[in-house]
Amino acid sequence: MAFDPTIAAIRFGSGLHPQLPAPKSAGAMLKLLRGPDVMAKAFPIPVYGDLMPEAHRLRELARARKKLGKRTPKMEAEVKLIRANDRERNAMMLRHLIARNLDTEDGFRERLLRFWADHFTVKGRGGITRNNVGTYVEDALRGRITGRFGDMLKAVVTHPMMLVFLDQPRSVGPNSFIAGRTPRRGLNENLAREVLELHTLGVGGRYTQKDVRELAEVFAGMSQNIDKGFNYMTRGGEPGAEVVLGRSYGGEDPKVEDIYAVLHDLALHPDTARHVSRKLVVHFVSDTPDAGMVEEMAAEWQRTDGDLMAVYSVMLNHPAAFAGPLTKAKQPIDFVCSALRALGVPGAEVAALNLGRTRRNLAGPMILMGQHWEHPVGPDGWPEDEAHWITPQGLAARISWAMRLASDQRKTLPDPRDFVGQALGDLASEPVHFAAKAAETRMEGIGVILSSPDFQKR
Amino acid sequence: MSMTSRRNFLLRGAAIGCSAAASPLLTPMTFAAAPWDARLVVIILRGGMDGIDVVQPYGDRDAAGLRPTLGMGEGAGASDLDGFFALHPGLSELMPLWKAGELGFAHAVSTPYRDKRSHFDGQDLLEAGTGFDVMAKEKRDGWLNRMLQTIPGIEAETAYAIGREDQLVLTGAAAVANWAPETRLNLSPQAERLLELVYHDDPIYREAIAEALDLTDSLEAAAQAQEEEEMDESMADMANMMQARGGNKAHLKLAEFAVNRLRHETRVASFSINGWDTHGGQAAGLKRALASLQDVILAMKAGLGPVWGKTTIIAMTEFGRTARENGTRGTDHGTGGTMVMAGGALRGGKVYGQWPGLAEADLYAGRDLMPTADVRAYAAATMRGLFGIEKSLLESSVFPGLDMAGVDRLIL
Repeated sequence: MAFDPTIAAIRFGSGLHPQLPAPKSAGAMLKLLRGPDVMAKAFPIPVYGDLMPEAHRLRELARARKKLGKRTPKMEAEVKLIRANDRERNAMMLRHLIARNLDTEDGFRERLLRFWADHFTVKGRGGITRNNVGTYVEDALRGRITGRFGDMLKAVVTHPMMLVFLDQPRSVGPNSFIAGRTPRRGLNENLAREVLELHTLGVGGRYTQKDVRELAEVFAGMSQNIDKGFNYMTRGGEPGAEVVLGRSYGGEDPKVEDIYAVLHDLALHPDTARHVSRKLVVHFVSDTPDAGMVEEMAAEWQRTDGDLMAVYSVMLNHPAAFAGPLTKAKQPIDFVCSALRALGVPGAEVAALNLGRTRRNLAGPMILMGQHWEHPVGPDGWPEDEAHWITPQGLAARISWAMRLASDQRKTLPDPRDFVGQALGDLASEPVHFAAKAAETRMEGIGVILSSPDFQKR
Repeated sequence: MSMTSRRNFLLRGAAIGCSAAASPLLTPMTFAAAPWDARLVVIILRGGMDGIDVVQPYGDRDAAGLRPTLGMGEGAGASDLDGFFALHPGLSELMPLWKAGELGFAHAVSTPYRDKRSHFDGQDLLEAGTGFDVMAKEKRDGWLNRMLQTIPGIEAETAYAIGREDQLVLTGAAAVANWAPETRLNLSPQAERLLELVYHDDPIYREAIAEALDLTDSLEAAAQAQEEEEMDESMADMANMMQARGGNKAHLKLAEFAVNRLRHETRVASFSINGWDTHGGQAAGLKRALASLQDVILAMKAGLGPVWGKTTIIAMTEFGRTARENGTRGTDHGTGGTMVMAGGALRGGKVYGQWPGLAEADLYAGRDLMPTADVRAYAAATMRGLFGIEKSLLESSVFPGLDMAGVDRLIL
């Protein structure tokens, strides 16, 4: 199947836009991706390091409280203000994420970023990490989606937010210096397990419980704090060599280079190439992926040592990439972005919403659609299959939001008959064309088109 | 069946149900589509609940050394159950139920899942109810749905999957209702008609909208009927209890929604409680998760009132956790775990199962509690006792390949 601009915009991007052009070719999509990151500048999102002054101040306030036995009214007010700013920043990051999707011509970048953020899911834990998953995504992932998988893996696995999320910072080797001093301290295998099961080889990969354990021993000593960020404590590392998937890492003295070495090898493992290539195809193209497409991508991964641009290129140039019909259900975030985009809502309009409106108009409805943003159930992120999303309650929430959006935008709504083409190009089915004509009001017509399976799919 | 006839049929059904509920001669019971009056609630505890910490084997001589900081038994604030096991303090408000025989446990149980200890495969297998060999992703349906498939004439509202997450355990060919407590759908008749038109050719969407419109109608009717009804004592008890726990907590909303359905036509309800993956700082984390479970059980007992006597709740998790505490005051993924059971229909006051011991040689792979029974056998025994489903069906259609031998009678 030849390249199709409409399918390219919907399947690999944020959807069609009334003014902005759809991609012209696979080559053009890759070229945009290689070019400057325009949207990151237009709608900035802070990186994790930007939070550190605040984290330090909160630590000072906590220490002062401990010393005084209570918070003074002034301290109380300051803590309250910091927390309010934190909530507002969290809402701002969602607004900017959506705004980037509304104004971009490089939708593949935004979609890839969401794919990788999901592949390397992090959830906020306590303190400064609670409301700031967006800073981790911006920090560890955004600049690396066009590089090598191994570099991304290293950045993610050593990121303070990932370490905190998967309980790594307190994990120390059973024979480490620290465990010798405090016998109750020892290993925690959570991060090691998820790196093998989710991030690299996949649960079907050829690893065993023993590999999980040995990898946890290589990882022992990785920690973080607000002064240094990532912090490797040699005294928490496990002395002696560990064998992961048949290869030996480290010698007598534990060192951080062993961690980079094992991550390097995991990134290039054939099971990783296949697992992650398959996930890309499942995410972008089909819940039942074309086996040939996956194999070609995995082979390219191996040939280029995990060069992601090369892998994307194989995906986009495969005949299955632009073959219809569309069969995937848009996730709520994709549905929300693409609906706003189809109506031509400018990014600046979304970026200007206040906290209450962000919750009522965007985050709250997405929760009802089944996607509490940044709060998937587990580290495996959001499900892919259509049946998971298109439930009675999930679909009802999508319809309600679409109807409300049409009502909110009633002053600028296009004629529903024109909107069919604007939102779906030539992909709209006969019933959708009919509904656009038969609707009693503009608002209902637009709401029905946005709720239709034609628009819900990508 | 034409495009709108199913809908009209459903609408009529809802209208009849509504007027019938208001009639003093007919109780809603008359319209119950299920051939039984017992209630079953299946709660999936996602994340891997640490059974050893919840039902603590403090009488086991090998227990103490395994959990240096987590502690165990009455010294650690737990309530003695039977001289050997003690209940985690996070469930202490359930002790009156234990004494009344309305709370029980099955210990050292597991699904057939082994060794890779993945939450996600573990949960899939728990909900699919199959052996590990038949876990093809394509043919996933849940055992609770397969149980319904054995009953002819089941209607959708007999069984409810509640919450925004989809509940694989109830997914499958038998009609079930899926809804989340906060979801609303208000549409004009014309919009409804057009939506049915655009969804018509796509089965997933067509079925979802039919169910959504149907449930919206019947939930509205039920809410109206409820407003007209005097609030009875049990509803008031539940409302007070929810108020006391801070009102609108998500898990209590699920319980409240379940109660409102189970008091009427619904016989089976399922939802999830998350937050059991306690790798670090388990003392605080487990307490939080247990508080949710405890709240849910207490709210359901209060709200169900007279129906509680016909009800059994079973709460299951994908696996237990390591016998030894790890190096971060938590526990890692294990194998043998615990099922929690509650309800007025339960033969409770007992920790069921065969205790394998905690000595090094007794552990599974030298690290986990050894499973001595299949958790599916306990679920099967519950359904056998509540609904009278044949053992042969349970061991073939519902749980293919299961052997129920050796599992006690669990239901009064």
